[in-house]
Amino acid sequence: MNNFIEIHNLVKKYGKQTILNNVDLTLKKGEIIGLIGPSGAGKTTTIKTALGMEKADSGSALVLGKQMPNRKILGEIGYMAQSDALYTSLTGAENLEFFCEMKGVAKKDIAEQIEYVSEVVDLTDALDKYVKEYSGGMMRRLSLAIALLSYPKLLVLDEPTVGIDPALRRKIWHELNNLRSQGCSVLITTHVMDEAEKTDRVALLLHGEIIAFDHPQVLEQNYGVPTIEDVFLKAEQKEG
Amino acid sequence: MRVTAIVKKVLKELFRDKRTLAMIFLAPILVLWLMNVMFASNSSTSAKLAVVDVPHQVNKNLDKVDHVSIKKYTDRTQAKKKLKQNKIDGVIYYHHNKYYVDYANTDSSQTALTKQALKVAITGQSITKMKTALTQSQKQLVKLSKQLAIVAQKNGMQVPTKPGTQKKTKPKKAKKAKIINKYHYGNSDTGFFNKIVPILIAFFIFLFVFLISGMALLKERTTGTLDRLLATPVKRSEIIYGYMISYGIIAVIQSIIIIVVTIWLLNIEVAGNVMWVILISILVAMVALAFGFLLSTIAESEFQMMQFIPLVAVPQIFFSGIIPLDSMANWVSYLGKILPLTYAGDALNQVILYGRGFESFAGDMLALLIFIVVLVALNIVGLKRYRKV
Repeated sequence: MNNFIEIHNLVKKYGKQTILNNVDLTLKKGEIIGLIGPSGAGKTTTIKTALGMEKADSGSALVLGKQMPNRKILGEIGYMAQSDALYTSLTGAENLEFFCEMKGVAKKDIAEQIEYVSEVVDLTDALDKYVKEYSGGMMRRLSLAIALLSYPKLLVLDEPTVGIDPALRRKIWHELNNLRSQGCSVLITTHVMDEAEKTDRVALLLHGEIIAFDHPQVLEQNYGVPTIEDVFLKAEQKEG
Repeated sequence: MRVTAIVKKVLKELFRDKRTLAMIFLAPILVLWLMNVMFASNSSTSAKLAVVDVPHQVNKNLDKVDHVSIKKYTDRTQAKKKLKQNKIDGVIYYHHNKYYVDYANTDSSQTALTKQALKVAITGQSITKMKTALTQSQKQLVKLSKQLAIVAQKNGMQVPTKPGTQKKTKPKKAKKAKIINKYHYGNSDTGFFNKIVPILIAFFIFLFVFLISGMALLKERTTGTLDRLLATPVKRSEIIYGYMISYGIIAVIQSIIIIVVTIWLLNIEVAGNVMWVILISILVAMVALAFGFLLSTIAESEFQMMQFIPLVAVPQIFFSGIIPLDSMANWVSYLGKILPLTYAGDALNQVILYGRGFESFAGDMLALLIFIVVLVALNIVGLKRYRKV
């Protein structure tokens, strides 16, 4: 099993509106891919279908070699949604503990897990505070920390670095690269174009179709522009 | 294991929300108490009447009737003016052996009381008249017999006159037959409130539990935590069971508070075993819980959930037996059959009013259990909207 995600001819419709039109996407083991596109392009729908929260109208999604939707495989995926989705009347530690239990982390490993993920997102000192007292950035970090619990093989992150300051963003990317070197794969959607440069491959999603999917440098060469941001703009112009 | 983790989490959240907690436990007490105050004061009607030219004896009798007070007026028009000013509730005018009565009639029970009182007073008067007439004729009889005796003595005849005859003929009040009341349920103060109490208990437990449970899953959904929860390998059933258990604990405490308040504070008699009342109430609470969860998965927002409350609550009040349904159309009683409160109200009636045992409401309890099982199953299936497995 070399492909952690294999999406083939995925079609998703809401009523008459086609959200995803024959989307193909592969994520290899030990790879970080970025999914970029304007809002409403279908990034979140792609992720939700891959995770089995939405049912595809046609096509298939294989995650970690299993046909989705599949409940058990979810334990090996770390998912971070666009909204922070935290229990604000619980403390940071309580949130982490709860999701450890949901992911099926063994009781004896919970403390160690919490220590590790809070270290990565730099929240160790704030663990005993109630989440409602957190700042926006802290909530985002806690949300990311939850995704990192139980050493997932696959990380699916929906705009993870919104509202996170540059220093911490760098730290998080360092950690993502770290995870990659351990054989973990990451699917990340982002609006921040210089983050797209840091990925191994970038998929450009426009009107529910993948119009380009390659290494950032190759895309830049193909479009004859210096940055991914320019690729993005040029692609949008061409389509529009 | 996951179920206990969810239970722990939900209870933690609930117990940190002090205001909600206060609402859960204090609101039912306050509402039930207010309800009792209202129904208790409603039980006695009193009427203030103006009397014009009414015979003395009738006046006296009217005044004797409970909750009726009279005021004498010499002029009928003046009395009528008072009636218009809402100072009195009726005017009684006597003229040429006829009683003319004007009623305010803003309260039908006052009108009824006035009619009743007047009837009693007039009947009383005629009885008094008869009595007086009887006494007089008796006196004459005594006189007559005395004269007879004198005449007889003169003529040397013997007339048997027992000593003490005169005493006996003295007008003596007829001995009233005493009525001894024994109440199968309650006492002489048992009113309408007592009759509807069993259904009210069921209704309030249903309503208050429904309120909190409807918001619970909705919050989980609108904040996105439900999606996050469903992105873990947790089973849909584990989420529902976790919520049922945690909110069930709260609901049980709430139900017990409602029952304790109703029975001891409001002094309601339970003819049967209180344990049955609690057990039935817990079943009602569980039905409400599962029902609230179900609607919260349908509702798009808190606002929509609020709309569901009257929609769910009002039919339960109307069709669950507070108003007797026997005389209504067939379809109404069928409607009652699909409402859980019908069964809860009936079961509680059997225990509280009639003091019957388990066999008389086993069917009701079974019906409630079926409601719970079906609703829980629907909830588990319903979560499929948010995750396909």
